[in-house]
Amino acid sequence: MPKKVYKTKLLDQWNEAKELRSNYYRNYVKAHEIGGIRWAGGAWSFSAIPSGLGDDVYSLTGEPYGATVTYNKDFAAKCHEAIEAKGYARDLCAYMRNYWGSIILDKYVLGGEWPKPDFIWTTHICCSHAKWYQIASELEGGVPFFCIDVSVGPYHELNERRLNYVVSQMMDGIEWLEKVTGRKYDDEKLIQAVYNECRATSLWAEICTLNKAVPAPLDEKTMYSLYVINTLMKHRKECVDFYKKLRDEVEDRVASQIGAIGNEKFRVMTDTQPPWAFLELWRYLEKYGVVSIGSLYTFGLMGIFEVKEDGTWGPRATPQESGVEIETREQALRILAEWTLSRPEWQHFYSPELKSDMMMRIVKEWKVDGVMLHFNRGCEGLTMGIAENKLALKKAGIPVMHFEGNMGDEREFDLERTKAEIEAFLEILGAK
Amino acid sequence: MFEKFEEWHRNRHEYARKWKAETGGKVLGYFCTYVPEEIIYAAGALPVRIFGSHEVQSTTEPHIFSMFCPFCRDCLAQGLLGKYDYLDGIVVAQCCLHMRQAFTSWRIHIPIEYSYYLYMPHGIQNPRAYPYLRGELEDFKKSLEKWTERNITDDDLDKAVEVYNTNRRLMKQIYELRKRNDPPLTGLEAMEMVTSSQVADKKEHNHALKELLEELPERKVNRDTGIRLMILGSENDDTEFMSMVESLGATIVIDDHCTGSRYFWNEVTPRPDTLSAISARYIERPACPSKDWPERTRLPHILKLAQDYDVQGALLIQQKFCDPHELDIPTLKLHLEKNGIRTYFLEFDVTVPAGQFKTRVEAFLETFQLPTDLF
Repeated sequence: MPKKVYKTKLLDQWNEAKELRSNYYRNYVKAHEIGGIRWAGGAWSFSAIPSGLGDDVYSLTGEPYGATVTYNKDFAAKCHEAIEAKGYARDLCAYMRNYWGSIILDKYVLGGEWPKPDFIWTTHICCSHAKWYQIASELEGGVPFFCIDVSVGPYHELNERRLNYVVSQMMDGIEWLEKVTGRKYDDEKLIQAVYNECRATSLWAEICTLNKAVPAPLDEKTMYSLYVINTLMKHRKECVDFYKKLRDEVEDRVASQIGAIGNEKFRVMTDTQPPWAFLELWRYLEKYGVVSIGSLYTFGLMGIFEVKEDGTWGPRATPQESGVEIETREQALRILAEWTLSRPEWQHFYSPELKSDMMMRIVKEWKVDGVMLHFNRGCEGLTMGIAENKLALKKAGIPVMHFEGNMGDEREFDLERTKAEIEAFLEILGAK
Repeated sequence: MFEKFEEWHRNRHEYARKWKAETGGKVLGYFCTYVPEEIIYAAGALPVRIFGSHEVQSTTEPHIFSMFCPFCRDCLAQGLLGKYDYLDGIVVAQCCLHMRQAFTSWRIHIPIEYSYYLYMPHGIQNPRAYPYLRGELEDFKKSLEKWTERNITDDDLDKAVEVYNTNRRLMKQIYELRKRNDPPLTGLEAMEMVTSSQVADKKEHNHALKELLEELPERKVNRDTGIRLMILGSENDDTEFMSMVESLGATIVIDDHCTGSRYFWNEVTPRPDTLSAISARYIERPACPSKDWPERTRLPHILKLAQDYDVQGALLIQQKFCDPHELDIPTLKLHLEKNGIRTYFLEFDVTVPAGQFKTRVEAFLETFQLPTDLF
């Protein structure tokens, strides 16, 4: 049977994604030059909320920063050494260690001195997040620090009390922001930021949904550079604009049968953050006609999905699409909290079964032939329950393998051994 | 004098089976000391803490990634091996990711009549946590009522609180005796007293504590106190380690462990609404590091303990891969040392290398015999 060959084409939006990212890191550094504000916090933060302080408010989200450090292997090694010399364990979150190391070394990964934030604004999602920024604040000499506890259970058990717990902390947080910055809070800017955030995260889910097509219009290695925009600025208009253009482009690719790789024969999905310093593995797969169509991580960390009428996953309708007009601060916060707690890559903190169900849904709807789980020593939050996910997938008859590594500490990744493990898996799939 | 406690802890499975046979009540295993046992007790059930065995096992490898702490894996192993086959239910109060994972794997793989995940807040320094937790406790109470088919009245709750407060008060009185120049109990005995209270019926435990208190103040232990040590860090029920340390010319006079002082240090202060009072007790108890933010309340608390108990040195122990303690230990170590308390760090696993640890602890203790200008 002749091999099917698909058309391929570089993404038109690729350069804009790069530009958005570099502008993000540059704008944060330069914020003070224009009299603006810098804040730091996790990518899971309610980033729409500080937007009410003005248009000149810029953030530095810790996880993407930590991943960026990983690309610079020499600098990452220095960061690890610096924090280990302070007595911190090397099995702690690798992003966090890259971040702390940068503070201690007083070096920003993109050059220059460490740009100290004016305040820290974050959420506590795993054992590390609040402690990450507690320690960062101390290392920086006592930067004001506010952290919202979102540990109210999985979305399907959300009730008024649990939502109110999160919303009341957000309300307190706004008062705190006014106090630490001396600025008056603008609810209109908050409302616009909430609209943006819902739109941007829904658009990313829409783009991921388009990847159900054969051939897949996007491969996961490319998606890593695209989903990340939401981890940096999901509340900003330029983020929404970018994803709209990307969505249109991916729709065209699907309509024109343009694939991410020309020789797509097998489709796999992964899990958790990849070993960022070794993304060549994803290109290695392509040699055998294997495309990774994404993962619960790439889809659901920043994409907000819902079950559609036909029972399949698709982008969640935004408040505006549902005819909801936000009029007050509290309403905006309630929508933001409820929206965020529906995030797919959050539910696993409460039950591996919830995650296994979502993974099996992706396998089915995205036509996945096999699953490659990254047992990621760098993030205990996203590897929580991963062994149970493996068992559940196996039980469902889905080919599954795992490889061990670390998203942000290359000392804990063996490239050749992993390639050998993947090759064995590809043989099972019949791809090699 | 402490034999009863040692026996309860060692034979905890037999104890629970016997309790069940005699009372016909249900036994509920819990994974973290943030579980409000009073409510379970008020429902007529026996709350028992799930412990590991300190025996090497391989049953949890398919269930929990090996970078999670040995304690959570050891606990799950006990369930998978059938050691807790008498449990009628399990409950976790939201704590570290590790114990939560042991709980969920248990729920999936070990047939059990009842399981409950209590969404205990992490942001305990936030005033919003009080009404929120009160509501979660109300849900837990209703769930227990449904399971046990028994209405938990206010009177039931108040009585349970009184039993638990008595237990806390008595253990604190016994801890108070450890401040003496010649403490009448060892750290090992104190540990077994507390861990046994986590598996025994509190009424029975209270009775034993009262008997102990009648004699303990006059007890003369046939040993030198030696170096006064504090022990703190991750979950620790390693009696072998405690015994080894205290055989080397030292006495552990105080701790900050969830198997020690953190478990019982504060009481439920009565309020018109008992569930609010219970909520406040769990929010205000000495914090686990996973909940100790944004302020570091553990630093002043631990330093005060060290000073009150006239501690010379502190053993900082940490279960391998225990992130919450890994995140606190460097700061704690500096804080204690700045305040004149020498520290020594040890990483624990399911089993500890007794010979190597003995040499290391000996070396640490020897530093107290050296001229101070060396440091």
